[in-house]
Amino acid sequence: MNLPLSLTINGVRREIVLDDPRVTLLDLLRERLDLTGTKKGCDRGQCGACTVLVDGRRINSCLALAISHDGAEITTIEGVGHGGELHPVQAAFIAHDGFQCGFCTPGQIMSGIGLIQEGQAGDDPERVRECMSGNLCRCGAYQGITEAVLEAQSNMTASKQRRSA
Amino acid sequence: MMNFDYVRPANVADAIAAASEKGASYLASGTNLLDLMKGGVSRPSRLVDVTRLPGLDRIERLADGSLRIGTLVRNADLAHDAEFARTYPAVAEALLSGASAQLRNAATVGGNLMQRTRCAYFYDAGSACNRRWPGAGCDALQGENRLHAVLGWSEGCIATHPSDFCVPLVALDAIVEIEGKSGRRELPLEALHRLPGETPERETALERGDLIVALRLPAEAKDFAGHARYVKVRERTSYAFAVVSAAAALRIEHGKIREARLGLGGVAAKPWRAREAEQVLAGAAPDAAVYSEAARAALSDAKPSGDNAFKIELAQRILVRALTLAAAGTPDRIPALPGSPFSSVAGA
Ligand SMILES: Cc1cc2nc3c(=O)[nH]c(=O)nc-3n(C[C@H](O)[C@H](O)[C@H](O)COP(=O)(O)OP(=O)(O)OC[C@H]3O[C@@H](n4cnc5c(N)ncnc54)[C@H](O)[C@@H]3O)c2cc1C
Ligand code: SF4
Ligand code: FES
Ligand code: FES
Repeated sequence: MNLPLSLTINGVRREIVLDDPRVTLLDLLRERLDLTGTKKGCDRGQCGACTVLVDGRRINSCLALAISHDGAEITTIEGVGHGGELHPVQAAFIAHDGFQCGFCTPGQIMSGIGLIQEGQAGDDPERVRECMSGNLCRCGAYQGITEAVLEAQSNMTASKQRRSA
Repeated sequence: MMNFDYVRPANVADAIAAASEKGASYLASGTNLLDLMKGGVSRPSRLVDVTRLPGLDRIERLADGSLRIGTLVRNADLAHDAEFARTYPAVAEALLSGASAQLRNAATVGGNLMQRTRCAYFYDAGSACNRRWPGAGCDALQGENRLHAVLGWSEGCIATHPSDFCVPLVALDAIVEIEGKSGRRELPLEALHRLPGETPERETALERGDLIVALRLPAEAKDFAGHARYVKVRERTSYAFAVVSAAAALRIEHGKIREARLGLGGVAAKPWRAREAEQVLAGAAPDAAVYSEAARAALSDAKPSGDNAFKIELAQRILVRALTLAAAGTPDRIPALPGSPFSSVAGA
């Protein structure tokens, strides 16, 4: 069975033909499109390493069927920086030591970007921790992760205000 | 994962026709179904993708004061709808206490209602499980069963239903709208999930091809907005299923409880409505003694199904906690740790 689908991945439209409907969005990105920044931790929705944005919302790509997302816009860690410039959340993870081994980090960063867009956590560290609970970090870098998300959010709000002023 | 045909019907009638064939299954976001398929627990030969069906992603306020939620509304969008959260705060809190932000962004109303048990033996295709394979036996009976049911179980199956969302919904008399081969019908949510009895494999009242199209909250559900909470004990603070949970919704007038609505989660194969306990509370002044009496009534038929007698006491304490918090009044904003008894927010 040939299943055509079209996805816009990091701003580039891709026409893809799947030979198997079982392919998850995660496996499509990693195994077929060479976008290996998105990680596979558990493959069962339990760790958040595979977090990407689909139409601007963070989801677990391991529990999403690629074919079901025909037409969607996907953003992965490869697509968040601009040229040589890091995304504010990436920069904040470096500034705050938001990682150790780095395996969970692409998922953490995508989740942080999603969280800031959702706008539910405000500047309350407890809400940030709760809203990041879908991303496990086996190195236990949680303190730095929370600080990084909070700082990135306040930097992004400040620069948005500057731009609209 | 077994291979399957993938179909994406353009309308509800085509979806029902496609799903009426043996071996077919509806696919919503797949956060439960794909997980089960990866483990070889679910083996559908056809997936009928419902995520593009038109008109099922709306929240509508109906003229009779009820609220109609299309099956494709995402769990996160419902919980973050400000008017919804204000009007049905225990439902929003329950939603936000479930899974993770990523999963809630994906999960649909219908998928949440229809999610399968988290019994570890059900999840392990190598274990004996009557739910998966009628007559095979139940490995949970002699296994790790701390988290299994204390109400409504049978020797055939002691599993629980894992949804948080369903617990306040069943307390608020939610109604499920279903389309099937013989047209449209509706069912109280309380009648959607079945207790195991002799046929644990028959988990719900849905027949082959039946599609949940919407969920409705009747007008009266709004009357509890001022005093409604959800409390959920987990083995970690967040991103975990309930060990035990409780939804409490009260209508308090002139210092008396006029009407109480109570639901329990993690105790049975269905979201459990505690009607005897509601009767105990009706007309009483809200105080600790009557909460304890209500909690005892709610669990009076409970029996351990294994190594889980602790859940009977725990469920009573959680019900008392939920009642105490509900009587104190719904907070202006859902606490930072929704449903958690360990929230550091004052009064949460
Ligand atoms: C790691 C993890 C943690 C979780 N924690 C929690 C938790 O704490 N609390 C909680 O409540 N849930 C939790 N969940 C479960 C989650 O809520 C469900 O996976 C989700 O709600 C399912 O929705 P879906 O749209 O992805 O459904 P799907 O996975 O697509 O479908 C689930 C089932 O519903 C059926 N179905 C879907 N839509 C319809 C319809 N319209 N009519 C009839 N049948 C339908 C499907 O055929 C399938 O059998 C967790 C899940 C994971 C993976
Ligand atoms: S408790 Fe129910 S779901 Fe679990 S193994 Fe026994 S029969 Fe299966
Ligand atoms: S790999 Fe997707 S959640 Fe772990
Ligand atoms: S940095 Fe190693 S798992 Fe998070």
